[in-house]
Amino acid sequence: MQFKAMVLSNVELSPGYFRMKMTAPQELASSAPGQFLMLKVNDAIDPLLRRPFGLFDVGSFLPEYAGCGAQIYCEILYKVVGKGTKLLSALHHGDLVDLLAPLGKGFDLGPAGEEKVLVGGGVGLAPLYYLAKELKNRGEKVRLFAGGRNRDDILCITEFERLGVETYVATDDGTLGERGFVTQVLEPHLAPGTRIFACGPTPMLNAVAKMAQKSGVPCQVSMEAYMACGVGACLGCVMKGANHTEETPDYRCVCKDGPVFDSFELQWS
Amino acid sequence: MQRPDMSVAIAGIEMRNPVMTASGTFGYGAEFADYLNLESIGAMITKGLSLKPKAGNPTPRIVETSGGMLNAIGLQNVGIDAFIEQKLPYLKNVNTPVIANLYGNTLEEYGEVASRLDGLAGVAGIEVNISCPNVKQGGIVFGTDPSAAQEVVSLVKKNTSKPLIVKLSPNVTDVVVMAKACADAGADALSLINTLTGMAIDLERRRPVLANVTGGLSGPAIKPVALRMVWQVAKAVSLPIIGIGGIMTGRDALEFMLAGATAVQVGTASFLDPSAAQRIAREMEEYLVEHDIASVRSLVGALEV
Repeated sequence: MQFKAMVLSNVELSPGYFRMKMTAPQELASSAPGQFLMLKVNDAIDPLLRRPFGLFDVGSFLPEYAGCGAQIYCEILYKVVGKGTKLLSALHHGDLVDLLAPLGKGFDLGPAGEEKVLVGGGVGLAPLYYLAKELKNRGEKVRLFAGGRNRDDILCITEFERLGVETYVATDDGTLGERGFVTQVLEPHLAPGTRIFACGPTPMLNAVAKMAQKSGVPCQVSMEAYMACGVGACLGCVMKGANHTEETPDYRCVCKDGPVFDSFELQWS
Repeated sequence: MQRPDMSVAIAGIEMRNPVMTASGTFGYGAEFADYLNLESIGAMITKGLSLKPKAGNPTPRIVETSGGMLNAIGLQNVGIDAFIEQKLPYLKNVNTPVIANLYGNTLEEYGEVASRLDGLAGVAGIEVNISCPNVKQGGIVFGTDPSAAQEVVSLVKKNTSKPLIVKLSPNVTDVVVMAKACADAGADALSLINTLTGMAIDLERRRPVLANVTGGLSGPAIKPVALRMVWQVAKAVSLPIIGIGGIMTGRDALEFMLAGATAVQVGTASFLDPSAAQRIAREMEEYLVEHDIASVRSLVGALEV
């Protein structure tokens, strides 16, 4: 659906990374972790297009002012990378943005009793928090493996820990957690009976998908892509399906068929 | 006062208002049903259809530019047979004219796709995209060569009894020459403009942003060029014209009508506002009410120069 949302808060978590909370209609309460929203920061024609953001959290709160019942909110996590996110970072409480949400296909949480392994990097942690919350609500065992170039890329770890998630951190420069790639920290923990949920830069997802295949562990990945519409019309955000060839094309829309895919559905380099 | 008369007709296709959705920006209609009333717009134009399914280009396929966007989707589509089987049944239940956009990789393919569409209930007309390279003749674009365009249009005309709209490319020296060539070859209406060829460069990587290197520019950035071309063509040919190019609001659409367009197509606007086509039709009507204009048709070509 399309709606106007009011910014409730917009906080810089670490240099260049923001967490923004917005009001949302009741319909968002039935969204699924892994789904995303398309945000138009203002009515101007530059920036022209909406920007896609994974749902970091959806919940309800009681406004401080009187006479109002519980209200749904949604949150996103973003990094300032261009003009659109720069404008977004300047918004304050009370500002309005235009949203399309919830969009796309979310995570399949899998059967109870498995160990759920979450792997994220940078803003790739966004959909994993909403997911972790849902999994912990179901009483599941959840571990998070977070990676980044340095400690500034490791976001909201305390929030995950508060949910009761066991966290592991790796950074390229060793400023937080182990030095190296998150995939190296992850590998020894993969065993039958675990299920992977990953979101982050494509090279990381590539490595995780291969590792999952080797260990025979089911793995879902949440992909990111340039997109114009978010509803499956522009075909700008496609990825190659596993059996894609020039003769028998198999393109999947990240916005409509994803953003969450079983890793074996996609063609990895 | 009575509500203004918003209805227009293009080559016999009766529309409740002048707002059509441009090919390639509205999927096959169903994608937008959650966001607007498909029965509130003038007509829907399908994604460009080809004889065989088309994979399209590698990614990145789109990039935003100042006031616009570049796309190099590569005409990805399900192919004519899958369209008829999977997409058309849904559209038949919507009380809004559906215009099938088609293209070919060769001259013969244009004729073949047109004949497949001929006689199909639920298709009110066809729009031919002539901005495609002719694979058999070294990739020269049909729509930039008057005699090639004429050949395509004549062949399609022979293979269809439906109203025939030809969509013109702006990437030519003189759009009027192309418009006349298509009119002479039997076009019933002209739509313009298709996207302007452009490119975007990633300075840090020293590479083009699009995998295809170049792409088609659309959005508000191209509106002045589109208005100028619609105005030139409207003066030179007597066919009905559909104005396209960066229409974001009802006012934009009405400007195209003053320049000589009988109807308009909304394209890129639907990407950022999925209800844009319905909103634009409403805004046009509001303008007419405010200015006490009884019929939108009275604005066609009413520009005073």
